[in-house]
Amino acid sequence: MSEVDLAAQVLDLVRTLSGPGTQAEVLVERRTLALTRFANSYIHQNVADTTTTVRLRLHRDGRTAGGSTTLTVADALRDLVQRTAAASRLCPPDPGWPGLAPPSPVDEPVAVDEDVIAATPADRAARVRAFVDACAGLPAAGYCRTAHGTSAFANSAGQSALGATTQASMDGVARSTAADGAARLAGPRLSDVDGAVLGARAAAKALAGAEPIELRPGRYEVVLEPLAVGDILQSLALYGFNGKAVNEHRSFVAPGEEQFDESVTLVDDPTGPGQAGLLFDAEGTPRRPLTLVRAGVTEAVVHDRRTAAVAGTASNGRALLGGASWGAVPQNLALLPGHGAAPAEVPGPAADSSVLDLVTGVRYGLLVSDHWYTRVLDPRPLVVTGLTRNGVWLIEHGEITRPVRNLRFTQSYPQALAPGGVLGVAAYSAPGASHWDLASYAAPALRLAGWNFTGGVSG
Amino acid sequence: MSEFDAATAAVEAALAAGARYADARVMYRRQESMTALNGEIEELVQDEDAGLGVRALVGSGWGFFAVPDLGSARGAGERAAAIAAASASVAGPAADLVPVPAGSATWASECLVDPLAVPLSDKGDLLVTATAEARRAGADLAEGLYHIWDTRKWFVSSEGHRIEQHIRECGAGIAATAVGEGETQRRSYPAFRGQYGTRGWELVDELDIGAHATRVAEEARALLTAPQCPAGQTTLILGSEQLALQIHESVGHAIELDRILGWEAAFAGTSWLELDRLGRLTYGSELMNIVIDPTIPGALGSFGYDDEGTPAARRYAVHNGQWVGVLSGRDSAAVAGLDYGGSVRSDGWARLPMVRMTNVGLEPGPHTLDEIVAATDDGVYMENNRSWSIDDKRLNFQFGCEIGWEVKNGRLGRMLRNPTYTGIGPRFWRSMDMLSGEIVTWGTPNCGKGQPGQIGHTGHPSAPARFTGVRVGVRG
Repeated sequence: MSEVDLAAQVLDLVRTLSGPGTQAEVLVERRTLALTRFANSYIHQNVADTTTTVRLRLHRDGRTAGGSTTLTVADALRDLVQRTAAASRLCPPDPGWPGLAPPSPVDEPVAVDEDVIAATPADRAARVRAFVDACAGLPAAGYCRTAHGTSAFANSAGQSALGATTQASMDGVARSTAADGAARLAGPRLSDVDGAVLGARAAAKALAGAEPIELRPGRYEVVLEPLAVGDILQSLALYGFNGKAVNEHRSFVAPGEEQFDESVTLVDDPTGPGQAGLLFDAEGTPRRPLTLVRAGVTEAVVHDRRTAAVAGTASNGRALLGGASWGAVPQNLALLPGHGAAPAEVPGPAADSSVLDLVTGVRYGLLVSDHWYTRVLDPRPLVVTGLTRNGVWLIEHGEITRPVRNLRFTQSYPQALAPGGVLGVAAYSAPGASHWDLASYAAPALRLAGWNFTGGVSG
Repeated sequence: MSEFDAATAAVEAALAAGARYADARVMYRRQESMTALNGEIEELVQDEDAGLGVRALVGSGWGFFAVPDLGSARGAGERAAAIAAASASVAGPAADLVPVPAGSATWASECLVDPLAVPLSDKGDLLVTATAEARRAGADLAEGLYHIWDTRKWFVSSEGHRIEQHIRECGAGIAATAVGEGETQRRSYPAFRGQYGTRGWELVDELDIGAHATRVAEEARALLTAPQCPAGQTTLILGSEQLALQIHESVGHAIELDRILGWEAAFAGTSWLELDRLGRLTYGSELMNIVIDPTIPGALGSFGYDDEGTPAARRYAVHNGQWVGVLSGRDSAAVAGLDYGGSVRSDGWARLPMVRMTNVGLEPGPHTLDEIVAATDDGVYMENNRSWSIDDKRLNFQFGCEIGWEVKNGRLGRMLRNPTYTGIGPRFWRSMDMLSGEIVTWGTPNCGKGQPGQIGHTGHPSAPARFTGVRVGVRG
């Protein structure tokens, strides 16, 4: 049975078992995920699964409940409807219920990549082999992942939508005695992922990390590569532009204010280059490209129906599954790249030529490859602590001179991107995959005037 | 087809397709969670998932495949073997498994009050009442939640295992947030995201979260005007909840054998521990006795058998300050030349079993918190985690807590806001000079690891303790 048919069947069951006054929405997702993982230069974990999840939320007599099942036989669907209806009757009232998404056209689905859908364990192993071989004897670790999702939405208000996504991604490190070097890429097509290119880039970084020096903590000018900028984008998405956080005054974001450097334009766009995402959200609201920051000025936050109702506005289609407590989150955030030549592979530790273009302007600072284990210390100003990982180098007079040991930082992300804080935006945005879902981001390298390093990894 | 029949069919199919070892888990899991905000229910969700995951070893290559339909068990076994064969194209060293006695067994966690049978109205009223009270007492955001997991699993291996387990877990908590000019302050009870265990609803009843609603709200509001935690080196006293997370991050993950072997190098990271120093490395002071113990009744990391069929067993990880044990699985133990696994679990039927923490925590010390404070002339006492971060070798950490207090001349003094501390794991643990015997086994239901990502449930016996020469008050 197709996802569309399953959704329709559940809606029929709601009408039959819960009565015509019940408001209901159904999301059926079929995910096929395959991931080939390697460490010490061999494949040590190799997994695949296909799961269909049927999610139901219903509202009746002022009360709301949700539920899901991975069982799709008729009895299981009937049980899902019955227990969710029963739960809604016993639940305390829900005065904030925002109603169902009204009928509204959803854009045509983005074409999926048949090569991702058809990818075999041998296809993924071949990319692993290419990565390992490109590491020229350095131990390698990482994964190659192919994922395909099909989703169907229907609600009792007459809204329906169907969409599909594909994503191929590879993430790996080459390991030398002193340092690891990383390379990571994601895209909607299997051909986006070239194990040899990524392996060579990771190895170049690892080899350039030998004999790192210890640097005194302090405030340094930095060039952050796309992997590190991707971490910033994901933090801004979760804690900054989240409509619930804004409603509850837990976010720094203030629409209409010049909160970022004028070189910063942020969009949430599932159709953007390299992005993977559906064109509707968990409530069936169309998810269209949305500019959150234009030339440094905050324009919008993202909403689901509940956060929008609180804010007195309309949902812009960013509802998450189970998002009532998390809020609404951009899932395809992109920092638009600057202008310049298309990037090319370069020797040495820089990820590509667009990074080197930024390095050239730095008199004394640090090149940071990646962030690790970043956590929010102070939510409102979004002060985050974390560490550098997979390579840090000193930049002197526009040249990358020496590797540096990893450092801990404690930094307000919006403050780092504030007016005057961004000294350069690279000409290329690299797409990256979320670790946890079929979400993605696109990040260029950034040159920032200051970054607050608060300790060395060795103490 | 019964669950055991399906698992057996999957294993037999994998063997027929060329596997030299195979195991399969059928799992059926029900979850229920509710959140409340400011006296109103935000969300109630009841989920169920069910399916079968099969793992096959072909030559030295592993493969895993999972399906929701038990009728597809044989096909799943064949797919797992085919994936394992593909692994052999980028092959590693020969894979072995340390022996585990085979046989049939059943196990169930203790549960006095089935949490799924407690009326939703009662559970809703609990959260509504507690958050309404916290809101009334001054919280701008008063949040409450509970979560229930009910998991049944059936395990079969090609070596003759046939094990059925039923594990019920639940827990709850509240948090109050006060919003000030440009900042927020939060207080939680009993811990950030609550306290959890392999117990029934009696655990939630014992927490009595409503009784703490006023206090957490008042403390959150008071924090907005409290002085900042001063920066510098000082004597640090940690409450047991914060120390539980310190154990989790700087001991539990560091002693995972898959990390030590480099199997997690690209993502979760490695470990500063090197196997050739097992038994010969000073991890902490002599007060430091860390035990791996999945047999603790009611603890969140407890089970009868791990997801490779190894019976739960207690062993030291750190004894009198010396590193003596690891968390391991059958294959990682064989690679390391050790003779025990027992710490392998999967987050549901669709995920590969991997090395995970069980219950990892401290044995009690000789002091009390009151004695520790009384013995401290100058320092800071911190409670309840707010933020955590640690490097990929599990050495350099920085934690933020919700609240701190000055300690002066053996007494608690002023409340401090934004308390943080940072350090290097072994130096920190070697500085522990006082440890309380007031053990609480904290449950951590959100331990992330693996690719695809898995969420693990872990337990951490912990007690208040004192550390010397610790850097506190780190800010951006």
